Amino acid sequence: MLINIAKPSDLRESDVTPESVYLSRRRFMGGMAGLGAGLALSGRAGASADYSDVPSGDAPAWLKEKLEASRRRAIVPDDTEQDAIAPFDDASGYNNFYEFGTGKSDPARRAGDLETQPWSVVIDGEVNNGGRFDLEDLARPSRFEERIYRLRCVEAWSMVIPWLGIPLAEVIKRAEPTGKARFVRFETLVDPEQMPGQRSSFALIDWPYVEGLRLDEAMHPLTLLALGMYGRELPNQNGAPLRLVVPWKYGFKSIKSIVRISLVEEQPVNSWQRIAPEEYGFYANVNPQVDHPRWSQATERRLPNSLFNPNTIDTRMFNGYADEVAELYAGMDLREHF
Amino acid sequence: MTAQGKWRLWRGGVFLAALAPLLLWGWQVAQNAAGPEPGRYLLLNSGLGGLWMLLLTLSLTPLTRLTRWKGFTLIRRQLGLWTLAYASLHLLSYALFILGLDWAMLGSELVKRPYIIVGLLALIGLVALGATSNRWAMRKLGKRWKPLHKLAYPILGLILLHFFWGVRADLGEWTLYATASALIMATRLPPVARRLPRFRQRLADIR
Ligand code: HEM
Repeated sequence: MLINIAKPSDLRESDVTPESVYLSRRRFMGGMAGLGAGLALSGRAGASADYSDVPSGDAPAWLKEKLEASRRRAIVPDDTEQDAIAPFDDASGYNNFYEFGTGKSDPARRAGDLETQPWSVVIDGEVNNGGRFDLEDLARPSRFEERIYRLRCVEAWSMVIPWLGIPLAEVIKRAEPTGKARFVRFETLVDPEQMPGQRSSFALIDWPYVEGLRLDEAMHPLTLLALGMYGRELPNQNGAPLRLVVPWKYGFKSIKSIVRISLVEEQPVNSWQRIAPEEYGFYANVNPQVDHPRWSQATERRLPNSLFNPNTIDTRMFNGYADEVAELYAGMDLREHF
Repeated sequence: MTAQGKWRLWRGGVFLAALAPLLLWGWQVAQNAAGPEPGRYLLLNSGLGGLWMLLLTLSLTPLTRLTRWKGFTLIRRQLGLWTLAYASLHLLSYALFILGLDWAMLGSELVKRPYIIVGLLALIGLVALGATSNRWAMRKLGKRWKPLHKLAYPILGLILLHFFWGVRADLGEWTLYATASALIMATRLPPVARRLPRFRQRLADIR
């Protein structure tokens, strides 16, 4: 584990994001309890990943610039062997994005033509500084970071993915939430012309796809708004141009192709909870002790796997991020609030 | 070619056609073209393959009534056994590739999860039909053979329920299979069944 601590007085904003400092300081104040846990923070470590086999996209110039200036490897897994980064083809070729179909390869096959430039995001609700923001204006003020997170799907498979993005907390702070804001609600684009899944008359999801977080979850330093992965911008099928990544929750919380972020008083009803409340909750924290009604959550298949090695590993509480996030849920019955 | 040789060729062709998907999937897995989770790829494909085989098997009787062609009857047992083969491969994929051959887990999942129990009941039914599909069992069972093999209908229902339970976000694909099943079952309703040969006659007259 590498922790690069700088005294706050040494920092310029462009060097280290306050959230990371906050995170690493918190770990130290916790009596080094975080050492050897799930994460390593390496402040300005220059080790840049080699993504030479990853096809380059066609990001607009401003985004390319931001991606290139990212702080590489800001958060990396401790166990680099078990948590080895999944090949780009797997992370971009096998996922759920029901707007583009129900099969795991449908998004990669059908999302190619999604128009992501220009893209704007509405920030509204309990904020003083809301409005419609061009993606560039939304993201430019923040330094991008590369964070290698485990992504645990509720279907009991997982992959390790290097995201590039900005802490959601920074975007929310700039919107200046009012005292009434308690939750954050997110919406995905609705555009049946571009999204064949939304044209289906048998879809169970009531579009738009909606997700939500409690405000403190949204402000948590691990919560990322991603604009890129594998050193480039997000492929369309992975939720371009802007998606959420909440690594201690099941993947469906990490909503894709976001067009609206609302700060609200009431707990939002997320899409999956609406369809099947006995199967999917609001919190959806990764929890090996609470099964999905149709399968166990005690283990997961780390992908890619092969026929005779399903690569089954034990699922960890909060997906291995318990040291960082468990206190958010102190005193809560996580069986009830699954 | 003798008539018998012709039928043997027909049955051999059907055998190869029913085997082809398995070879294709095996080849895709070997070529790394089945995605990052090949076990699940085989699981879902063998499940759908089993459903296809059962629907094809159940189409043979109405097709025979419609055409009076003997060839359909000749492949009925074979397609029934292919249904069992695909379904067995499906369970094997689940045990091997999803559960990693964790026997304790398999035992508990098979009795704990309603949609798996339903699948297991369907599979047990298919095994019972497969085991009694030979001539010896037919003779032994006599009059009871036919009612026993009507179990194929509830088995189809169980499989559709099993499939339905697994649907997450879109019922489109399931609805296609359910509609096909309903159409095939409708050909068994006596008024429809009676009309099929007459329908054939009418088609012949038009020609
Ligand atoms: C012990 C017996 C069985 C077990 C353990 C089993 C297990 C499974 C599992 C784990 C799935 C995937 C569910 C999901 O994640 O969405 C599935 C789907 C399915 N199974 Fe089974 N199954 C059994 C019997 C059968 C039988 C007998 C058939 C019919 C031949 C069948 C047909 C299907 C179909 C059509 C699907 C849906 C495939 C898809 O979504 O593309 N299953 N089964």
